[in-house]
Amino acid sequence: MSTAESELRGLMLASHSGDSASHRMLLERLSGHLRAYYKRKLASFAKGATEAEDLVQEALLAIHIHRHSYDPAEPLTPWVYAIARYKLIDFLRRSKTSRADVPIDEADDITANDDHFAAENSYDIRRLLGKLPKNMQCAIGAVKLEGLSVAEAAQKCRLSEPAIKVSIHRGLKALANLIANEVKA
Amino acid sequence: MNTDELVAALSRHVEPVDRRLIRRSVAFALAAAVIVTLGLTSVWLGVRADFMTTHAAAFLVGKVAFAIAIVCIASIYLLRLARPGGEHKVASLWPIAPFAAAILLAVVTLAFAPQSHWNKMILDDEWLECVLSIPIIAIAPFAVLVWAVRKAAPTDLVRTGAFTGLVAGGVSALAYALHCTGDSAPFVAIWYGGTIVLCTVAGAVLGPKLLRW
Repeated sequence: MSTAESELRGLMLASHSGDSASHRMLLERLSGHLRAYYKRKLASFAKGATEAEDLVQEALLAIHIHRHSYDPAEPLTPWVYAIARYKLIDFLRRSKTSRADVPIDEADDITANDDHFAAENSYDIRRLLGKLPKNMQCAIGAVKLEGLSVAEAAQKCRLSEPAIKVSIHRGLKALANLIANEVKA
Repeated sequence: MNTDELVAALSRHVEPVDRRLIRRSVAFALAAAVIVTLGLTSVWLGVRADFMTTHAAAFLVGKVAFAIAIVCIASIYLLRLARPGGEHKVASLWPIAPFAAAILLAVVTLAFAPQSHWNKMILDDEWLECVLSIPIIAIAPFAVLVWAVRKAAPTDLVRTGAFTGLVAGGVSALAYALHCTGDSAPFVAIWYGGTIVLCTVAGAVLGPKLLRW
């Protein structure tokens, strides 16, 4: 097992039990790997750093939303790679590029390289958040943007605490769909 | 919002995850699918009148075993396929085993029967009803299973759709077996096997549309 795999897996296990700092470190490290991966892949489709950054954000959001689908009994790298590749193919299909040309490579490739030169992406998440239903907007705004606790957010949005958690989860899923529509156009 | 801001936002107040969610949803959906399908079939088509006789019971057990074998094997695969990257762990031929066993049994039965009976054994009176019923009944379990699989994040939508269809077809065949009086092994192999395969193909076609995330 590579060091990257064991370190990332350790971070994911901690993130699974609700450790925010590990979750952040995991997403930071994965964004470097994802950026290198997408830049390399998109180069063959004449797409640039902006599209790569769009995909990095889409993949990070997907990894966050679907982190419960990682099975701790399995290695993490193939799971990350499967999501990264799924989002790449989805993007190419939306932008009407032939998906037949996406070569299958080794799952370990995803952690082979790092790239920390973030480019601008093409959409504004804050603007897209404004399209969500009010409850989701308030819950995500309070907890994820302002950093309030779930209890404080519940008071602010006049919702119960479980409703805040559900609104955040559904809101992020809806946001992922909005981004997918945006990147197609 | 740039990527660093996104990472910071997603990392504020991270909730612990429910690692058993997918397993629980699929298990619950499977149980619900079996109960709903059995209920629908027994109300709509009714249970075969002779099921208390030893002769009928023996055939019923055979057909139910065939269907249960398909459902059990396919469910294990479905559970793996539902997770990202799960498609790389399912390269074996087990799902074909129940079909192979049914076909083998059918061939042996035909070999021991006089040729004049073959037509009657294969084209039992009920073959058309069977062809129509199993795929139609399968719609209910398929819908319930799609709901559960959508809680996960499959990355091979065609195969995941196919296995969702296979489980649904198996559940449907299980329920239909309680009604159906076509008992010969060739009849079961061709009409049950064929319609379950049809459900699998339908699932593979619908998968990319229904399971996208």
